[in-house]
Amino acid sequence: MTLKTHLLAGTAALFALSGAAHAESHAMMEHPETGEKLATDQSFTYRVLDEFPSIDPNLIEDVEGSAIGRQLFEGLMNQDEKGDVVPGVATGYEVSEDGLTYTFTLRDDAKWSNGEPVTANDFVYSWQRAADPATASEYQWYMGLMKIANVDEVIAGDMEPSELGVKAVDDLTFEVTLSQPLPYFPQMVTHTTTFPVPQAAIEEHGDAWTQPGNMVSNGAYVLEDRVPQEYITLAKNPEYWDAENVIIEEVKALIINDENQALTRYLAGEFDQTDVPAGQFPRLAEEHPEQAISVPNLCTYYYNLNVSESGPEALADPKVREALYLAIDRDVIVENVVAGGQKPAYTLTHWATAGFEVPSAEAAQMSQQERNERAKELMSEAGYGTDGEALTLDLLYNTSESHKQVATAIGQMWKQTLGVDISMANMEWQTFLEERHNRNYEVARAGWCADYNEASSFLDIMDTNSSYNDSGFNNETYDSLLTEAKTSEDPLPLYTEAETIITQEFPILPIYHYATVFMMDETIKGYPLENAQDNWYAKDLYRVAGE
Amino acid sequence: MLNYVLRRVAIAIPTILLLVVISFVLMYAAPGGPFNSERPLPAQVMANIEARYGLDQPYWKQMTTYIWNVVVHFDFGPSFQYRDRTVNDVIAQGFPVTLTYGFWSFIVALVVGVALGAAAAIRHNSWLDYLAVGISIGAQVLPNFVMAPILVLVFTLWLGWLPGGGWQGGQIEYIILPVIALSTSYMASIARITRSSMLEVLNAGFIRTARAKGLPTSRIIWKHAMKPTMLPVLSYLGPAFVGMITGSVIIDVFFSTGGIGQFFVNSAFNRDYSVIMGITILVGVLTVTFNLVVDLLYAWIDPKIRY
Repeated sequence: MTLKTHLLAGTAALFALSGAAHAESHAMMEHPETGEKLATDQSFTYRVLDEFPSIDPNLIEDVEGSAIGRQLFEGLMNQDEKGDVVPGVATGYEVSEDGLTYTFTLRDDAKWSNGEPVTANDFVYSWQRAADPATASEYQWYMGLMKIANVDEVIAGDMEPSELGVKAVDDLTFEVTLSQPLPYFPQMVTHTTTFPVPQAAIEEHGDAWTQPGNMVSNGAYVLEDRVPQEYITLAKNPEYWDAENVIIEEVKALIINDENQALTRYLAGEFDQTDVPAGQFPRLAEEHPEQAISVPNLCTYYYNLNVSESGPEALADPKVREALYLAIDRDVIVENVVAGGQKPAYTLTHWATAGFEVPSAEAAQMSQQERNERAKELMSEAGYGTDGEALTLDLLYNTSESHKQVATAIGQMWKQTLGVDISMANMEWQTFLEERHNRNYEVARAGWCADYNEASSFLDIMDTNSSYNDSGFNNETYDSLLTEAKTSEDPLPLYTEAETIITQEFPILPIYHYATVFMMDETIKGYPLENAQDNWYAKDLYRVAGE
Repeated sequence: MLNYVLRRVAIAIPTILLLVVISFVLMYAAPGGPFNSERPLPAQVMANIEARYGLDQPYWKQMTTYIWNVVVHFDFGPSFQYRDRTVNDVIAQGFPVTLTYGFWSFIVALVVGVALGAAAAIRHNSWLDYLAVGISIGAQVLPNFVMAPILVLVFTLWLGWLPGGGWQGGQIEYIILPVIALSTSYMASIARITRSSMLEVLNAGFIRTARAKGLPTSRIIWKHAMKPTMLPVLSYLGPAFVGMITGSVIIDVFFSTGGIGQFFVNSAFNRDYSVIMGITILVGVLTVTFNLVVDLLYAWIDPKIRY
């Protein structure tokens, strides 16, 4: 080859290269589906309240940690923008006729970030590890909730983890045996506890396997950098099976404890998403209508009434409980106190729960004036109130400015309408939990978030044996309805019936259904606003070019 | 002198042990525990976790094991809250951060505070005095939880000059705001102490003698007045220095610096026993050490003091 042709060949290669690079960057200029113009900076930076206790999928115990887990790892199934179950590592599943065996087929191109294939054995290892007493995961309870065969015995240490009801039939077939049918089981495997974990990396590094440099993951992102209490950075995983459709290149979570400080920094343009502090939503929505977002969040804010033996005599009377229930002007609470797009709650189960139809509680149809009139009647029938015996109730809440505001408003409503005196007390979180759990209270604040998008995730807490039934509610019909619903083909009418019992007995007073209220830069698109669990996947996000 | 130091160290050891025992007792006396949450864990799950962390042992045994591990292995145990880190990791990561901004805050507070205080005393009842007193009172009444948001509002949101938080390995632009917020109230105290101390010294007989000898004012101040002025300042500086380098939860929370102050407070709320103990011991040791350093400095400044 002469020098000239050599040079020419080199130049041609160079052209070909630059042509390819050009084509690629050009391809990135537009969103493949919507055709929107994409920004050159494809990063997503958001604020979290606190440091993640863990980013090990089997150990993750908080909402913010789960969000990181969902980017780094991918489970059998994912959720789409509406919260519906869609394929993840598994392309699909089959259920046996008795509903006890689930067989998941895994895709053959799923890989770990080190290039190794993701196999059914990775899931077997992970699920056994999550249930193993030696792992000491708080989320062992979740494994118990999934009703996998032998799970309780494994957690109790009576059986080896290898006896758990999970099996790798072959590399791409993962089989789970349940101890009872669970209609919402596929929904449950979108939870981080069930995500695969890399056995080799865990055995090599021990607890330190989650450090940058040690971690091997199978999600759309890999761990790049982490400074505790400051930030965590994830970078796009080129080995991810669907990497070509992942647009966001970098995900960064900044840990900022103070929400007002975070808001100031957000407004200064330092990052793309932050929570809205209580009460500030109306102002922000007016000033930044494109950025202030309020979407339903599957949590309910309510008050426990102590109906157990340690509770006050007055609360043993259902009439008093109903009067208290009716005399809360929920519109005032949601519009003037919390003011972030929350909705008045007359039922325990959140209105946005999948497939659930909120029973038409009688109270919800009345005007507040009618409710107050009815409440007064009930109160005097019970022998209390303005023309009866004086009643004083203690109201306990955990220390927080917004809980205090709600308590003050409700205390005023009860005082004005029913003549009930409220003495408020607040306690630091841990002390509060202990006092409430030991039923050393009369009325206590509570909140509950669904673990999975199904009514039973709410209703189960009022079961007589539930560890969260701090009211001491004990109703056999209610319990049997829930038991029946577990195996029923169509559990929804049973849920509605159970919910109706609560709105007849009033062991709790639902106040409002939560909303997630946040600010998000208007260039970020693809956020799953209709997913009521707020389970977002960075792989589905993208940033459009600004005007 | 050496005898004195040895004696002090000998007293320090039981002091710190006592601190450990008292902290341990108080910690366990507080309601709740590291693994209590809104949803109480099933008993079996709780038992598994407690077994892993040795919380199923009797208290005396937990305490002696803990002290043994700390003293012999210098191992402060695993954090109960942060599952992939030990207390040693928490301190190794957070303490350098706190030390950095604490050290610079100390320097700023000391230099500016002494300069302001001395200037005010030397020009007593002049406009300079009023200005210095005004600044120091202003700085004193603006607590750092007010200062911090104001600084971010002005320098981040309005002017856009400095980042509103983060640490980034301690780059200068991330240090400035925390240092200003942390140092101002210390600076104000130092200025006030310096001023009143120097006023007293300047009225003392030996200064009058120096003036009578015709020494230039600068020489009188630097050579004769400064050292005795610093005595009361010094007794304030010891605890102040420890306070600054062991961090301020306010600074950590508002500026997301990742320092140790935040871990300290969070660990108390989370009942993260091992982190509470680890940081308590660290602060205890530092306090004892710097009190000793201050006492030794006294002897250097004031020849009347002998050990």
